[in-house]
Amino acid sequence: MAYKVKLEVFEGPLDLLLYLIKKNEIDICDIPVSEVTEQYLEYLELMRLLDLSIAGEFLVMAATLMHIKSRMLLPLEEREVLEEEEEDPRAELVRKLLEYQKFKEAAGKLEILETNKKEIFSRTVDQDTLAGDEEGEFFEANLFDLISAFSKVLTAIPRQTFQEVMVDEFSVEEKIGHILDRLKSRPRAYFKELFEHITKRLEVICTFLALLELMRMKEVIVRQPKSFKKILVIKVEKS
Amino acid sequence: MDLQKARKIVEALLFSSQEPLSIEQIKEVLEEESSADIRKLIGQLKAEYDQANRSFMIIEIAGGFQACTRPEYADWLRKLYKSRRSQKLSMPALETLAIIAYNQPVTRMEIESIRGVGVEGVLRTLMEKDLVKIRGRREAAGRPIIYGTTRRFLEYFGLNSLAELPTLEEVKGESKNELEGAAQQDRPDRPENSPVAQ
Repeated sequence: MAYKVKLEVFEGPLDLLLYLIKKNEIDICDIPVSEVTEQYLEYLELMRLLDLSIAGEFLVMAATLMHIKSRMLLPLEEREVLEEEEEDPRAELVRKLLEYQKFKEAAGKLEILETNKKEIFSRTVDQDTLAGDEEGEFFEANLFDLISAFSKVLTAIPRQTFQEVMVDEFSVEEKIGHILDRLKSRPRAYFKELFEHITKRLEVICTFLALLELMRMKEVIVRQPKSFKKILVIKVEKS
Repeated sequence: MDLQKARKIVEALLFSSQEPLSIEQIKEVLEEESSADIRKLIGQLKAEYDQANRSFMIIEIAGGFQACTRPEYADWLRKLYKSRRSQKLSMPALETLAIIAYNQPVTRMEIESIRGVGVEGVLRTLMEKDLVKIRGRREAAGRPIIYGTTRRFLEYFGLNSLAELPTLEEVKGESKNELEGAAQQDRPDRPENSPVAQ
């Protein structure tokens, strides 16, 4: 069979399902699960053949569709006995699809707003001025200084000479929240202060990664009064 | 102060400002004029530019006022700035933004449950562009981080406030009411100032 290679790439399973629904002109509130499941699986197969990576979510949805299909195959009376809720097995999926579709349409409207806004020009804002003014001469802390500072903190923590299997207690996302909480009351902190009271290497690393993320997200900026002097971490004021 | 003079000053402020100016900010500079007066003066300037068919105009955006060029001149300006046909946001970015804008404050998990896919990368991009920011944490199990849109978001889409967000399309279909009702129960906190009247 010759495949037409004009393939639409989908962001996720809901995206694909909405596409199939639209393409087949199906009423979302009364989805022919068997048919849709079949087409969905065909699509996944196509993606696989074309070597497109299939995110896990697509597979979860395939399983969900098949589960729904099996439930729909049970005679009505049996279904009601087995399940607590007399809900149509498709209901949850339909809810999700409708919700997603709502925001897809909203996104389309935002796109129009975006296009229109790009037709008008005003004085452009220099990104660096957003950082606000600081007293004294400051250099933007340079990456190598940051890494050296990090290395200093890390070496201060004794290396563990034995292997210990630990539960992952720290996550970068959590540390991001941590640093932000810290900067809420005092929007400026010295680099070293962020690592106070930390005894584990893993925690130091997580915290450092969190700081780098925050810099990337432009939530904080990092300044240094002079080369090799203490590094200051500053929360960016955004309205 | 003589209103003519005040108007000229307001004009100068708007002309030079790099960001939308709020009435409060203008008031701080002028000192004597009231908010109502300032609004009136801005209105006069607006009308003046419209009537004289100037190539620029005043818009009300992100809670303030800003002078900007009219859309007819877009191509010329792009030529000056040699901008590649401006980079637009991708569909996933727009969808994620929409979810955040209408539901804020919202956690990453909540966004992902609507989109059906992970949003980590998109979220990062949106934050880098200063369209989305961390608003704090929800006081619930795990204290997850909650996100919201920024002032820059309003500017980017030419909105004066979140209230100007286009209304969400009504869910289509017959079983709409049951579905709406059921969906409502799953949403723990609806911000009071949500633009969606649900």
